[in-house]
Amino acid sequence: MATPNPTLPDRDASAELGERLRQADADGTPLRIVGGDTKAFYGRPVQGEALSTREHRGITRYDPVELIVSVRAGTPLAELEAALAEQGQMLPFEPPHFGETATVGGMVAAGLSGPRRPWAGAVRDFVLGVRLFDRQGGSLRFGGEVMKNVAGYDLSRLVVGAQGSLGLIGEVSLKVLPRPIARASLRLSMPLDEARRALAEWGRRPLPITAAAWQAGVLHLRLEGGSGSVADTRRTLGGDDLDDGYWEALREQRLAFFDAEDERPLWRLSLPQQASLDLDGLDETGMLHDWAGAQRWLRSDLDAETLREAATRAGGHATCLTPGAAEPFTPLSPVLAKYHRRLKAELDPRGIFNPGRLYPEL
Amino acid sequence: MNIHYDARLDGDLPRRDKAEVLADLQRAAPGLTLLHREEDLRPFECDGLSAYRILPMLVALPQDLEQVATLLGRCRALGVPVVTRGAGTGLSGGALPLEQGVLLVMSRFDRILEVDPDARTARVQPGVRNLAISEAAAPFGLYYAPDPSSQIACSIGGNVAENAGGVHCLKYGLTVHNVMRVEMLTLEGERVTLGSEALDAPGFDLLALINGSEGMLGVVTEITVKLLPKPETAKVLMASFDDVEKAGHAVGDIIAAGIVPGGLEMMDNLAIRAAEDFIRAGYPVEAEAILLCELDGVEADVDEDCDRARRVMEAAGAIDVRQARDEAERALFWAGRKNAFPAVGRMSPDYYCMDGTIPRRALPRVLKTIAELSEEFGLRVANVFHAGDGNMHPLILFDANREGELEKAEELGGRILEACVDAGGSITGEHGVGREKINQMCVQFQPDELTTFHRVKAAFDPEGLLNPGKNIPTLARCAEFGAMHVHRGQLPHPDLPRF
Ligand SMILES: Cc1cc2nc3c(=O)[nH]c(=O)nc-3n(C[C@H](O)[C@H](O)[C@H](O)COP(=O)(O)OP(=O)(O)OC[C@H]3O[C@@H](n4cnc5c(N)ncnc54)[C@H](O)[C@@H]3O)c2cc1C
Repeated sequence: MATPNPTLPDRDASAELGERLRQADADGTPLRIVGGDTKAFYGRPVQGEALSTREHRGITRYDPVELIVSVRAGTPLAELEAALAEQGQMLPFEPPHFGETATVGGMVAAGLSGPRRPWAGAVRDFVLGVRLFDRQGGSLRFGGEVMKNVAGYDLSRLVVGAQGSLGLIGEVSLKVLPRPIARASLRLSMPLDEARRALAEWGRRPLPITAAAWQAGVLHLRLEGGSGSVADTRRTLGGDDLDDGYWEALREQRLAFFDAEDERPLWRLSLPQQASLDLDGLDETGMLHDWAGAQRWLRSDLDAETLREAATRAGGHATCLTPGAAEPFTPLSPVLAKYHRRLKAELDPRGIFNPGRLYPEL
Repeated sequence: MNIHYDARLDGDLPRRDKAEVLADLQRAAPGLTLLHREEDLRPFECDGLSAYRILPMLVALPQDLEQVATLLGRCRALGVPVVTRGAGTGLSGGALPLEQGVLLVMSRFDRILEVDPDARTARVQPGVRNLAISEAAAPFGLYYAPDPSSQIACSIGGNVAENAGGVHCLKYGLTVHNVMRVEMLTLEGERVTLGSEALDAPGFDLLALINGSEGMLGVVTEITVKLLPKPETAKVLMASFDDVEKAGHAVGDIIAAGIVPGGLEMMDNLAIRAAEDFIRAGYPVEAEAILLCELDGVEADVDEDCDRARRVMEAAGAIDVRQARDEAERALFWAGRKNAFPAVGRMSPDYYCMDGTIPRRALPRVLKTIAELSEEFGLRVANVFHAGDGNMHPLILFDANREGELEKAEELGGRILEACVDAGGSITGEHGVGREKINQMCVQFQPDELTTFHRVKAAFDPEGLLNPGKNIPTLARCAEFGAMHVHRGQLPHPDLPRF
């Protein structure tokens, strides 16, 4: 585990990174790209020489009026968030950190978003441009520092969540938003099916809900927006006040539910919000239902295939987050796998970028 | 520019005998409607960029997926290129046919398959018109947010292929932000599903890649879009300015104040007069510029935001700020904006619409450059644009019947796009590259970047038969045109052959 090192200076390390990549490609040396090493549990272990991005750091441009920030990959995520907060702005997708050392590059490569995801969008929805180091060490620019750009294929969004397997993310330009003027969090006691019905009904109305998680008979809600609408909605919904800290604990998997002592594998089910899982031996009320039901967490010994079949039948997929899982991600259909392989072969023919992190053949 | 496919600059492309291809396709897909006589092909010779016209070899109008897959399979076997077309409203010649190619028209796939009010999604075929989705969702209090001005005509398949935007994209995102799942047929005739009805899918984000890919990677056959609840209320402010640059500054000030309008649009004097003359929207014809600023959401918040936006615009030098009295006046304010293109079209025999984007801070400067270029070329330019997200639509007025004027308009357009790139922007925000901006791509991208694009294309279409000659220029083309003509005083890659 890397230790936080706040003394690292802002620096453009493109030259060294480029050289390392060129060399690795020439020798056919697989690389394991590392930012803060906080998300190694997410995906398969990579056998390769470690390549750290942490020297390549700093905010290269931040103009609050533009609502755009450009950041080098090795910049600590906490540092970026602090700079935005100073201007009353934020990353709307609330990325999880999973540790103090989390970097912006890792955030983009992992593509994980927090509780606001269903309402605000995911990491990829806020990526406007990237500088990507290719296998020859050249820094390629896709997208840019503008809100709209359809010139060429959208490679800047393609690399989000690709876990570094298509190239080294050197720098990223993100759209940011003003922090909401008002906020309120509350808890409502209700059983799961009632919560589902309520969320479906509320979803059809323009309510200022920006987070909704159900667990053990309690629906947790967050409201954000103008002061008028938040106060009105808070009054109408009733319930008890909830400490805002709940959302960070949920995002960082620090709630008791995620108890690390529990030895059963941790599963993330990504499902259509309203879908029911039809599987014997699975009690949905034992799960944590985040994202208004679109992201469900589960501790279970059920075998991967059974669980995945159920998730697929329900229109989604299942990811295993316990370190060392042989197959963390749902296997792709044969046709889709073929196009993944081809894309990987085109962009990384020698397999130097995090080989095997997503799937053995990528 | 030369709109025709040029093997020397665009790469080799086989030419097959028309009668043989027709006979082959008729045999392989007996029920498929195939047009081959000149008078039947004529209506398909151009898309919304009507200055570019080419008769396709054949037009196919399939009505089921079987036919599309068979057609793709046969075209691949014969080496015949395929250009997909939706409603043909594109403005960059993306659906411009090829003389030696089949034009695959998806307009018969026009069914809304499902509207699910609980999941807030709609599953539709690609030929469904953009507006039809919102109409189908309206009974549930829902709508589909991206609203290109062409929404009564353009197809959702075309929207995906272009990653279309609209006046409300500032707050609600582009097509890519509102599409959850796409079914696609590859050139090899396989069905692939990209994305899902959940909020993510395993593997690479190919859904993001397919949005804006201009029919180069596959044929989109089904789309699941996200629906949003209709805002409780929407109010629009119209601010007049005596100076375009002041209006440009006001745009940045609104955003900086932490206000996120549903739409923030700007028109200059020429566009205002054209729209007023056409629609009678009540626009101030003396103003040098107007801003339309729409605030939507919950009543209490909207009133709060309207007040703040009004104060910001007044502080920025607005000479008048009017709030639409009622829903009818709000619709009228927008009708003027949404009809700005045809309105300008009434002032001039022809117009040429640009689509550059720039950082908002550069608005005043780029507007000034456009005015200077307009003077220099002796052609009028009307400015209408999505100011909130820095997406400009300068409309160049010209008369194609006058010798050399089209070329002059194209050159002026190219110079405007270069000014956008110089300001840190892009040559296209929503209309796409198509055939039209193929040379300007060389200004925006370096050879290594273009090569990467070609690699992506090769992963999906190694034979290069889907929409060849569009979107991504070859390096040979860039060596001859585009930026390679001395960008910032340097000739890049002096080692490349220049023919
Ligand atoms: C008056 C006017 C106003 C406009 N305003 C806007 C605006 O505000 N915002 C905006 O973004 N655009 C605007 N446009 C441009 C145009 O309407 C959009 O680009 C639209 O998305 C094109 O849709 P279409 O169905 O007409 O596509 P077409 O023009 O038929 O095709 C466009 C591209 O999509 C590809 N394509 C079409 N269907 C498929 C498919 N099923 N699978 C794969 N590829 C496919 C084609 O090959 C082509 O490259 C405007 C156009 C006009 C004429």
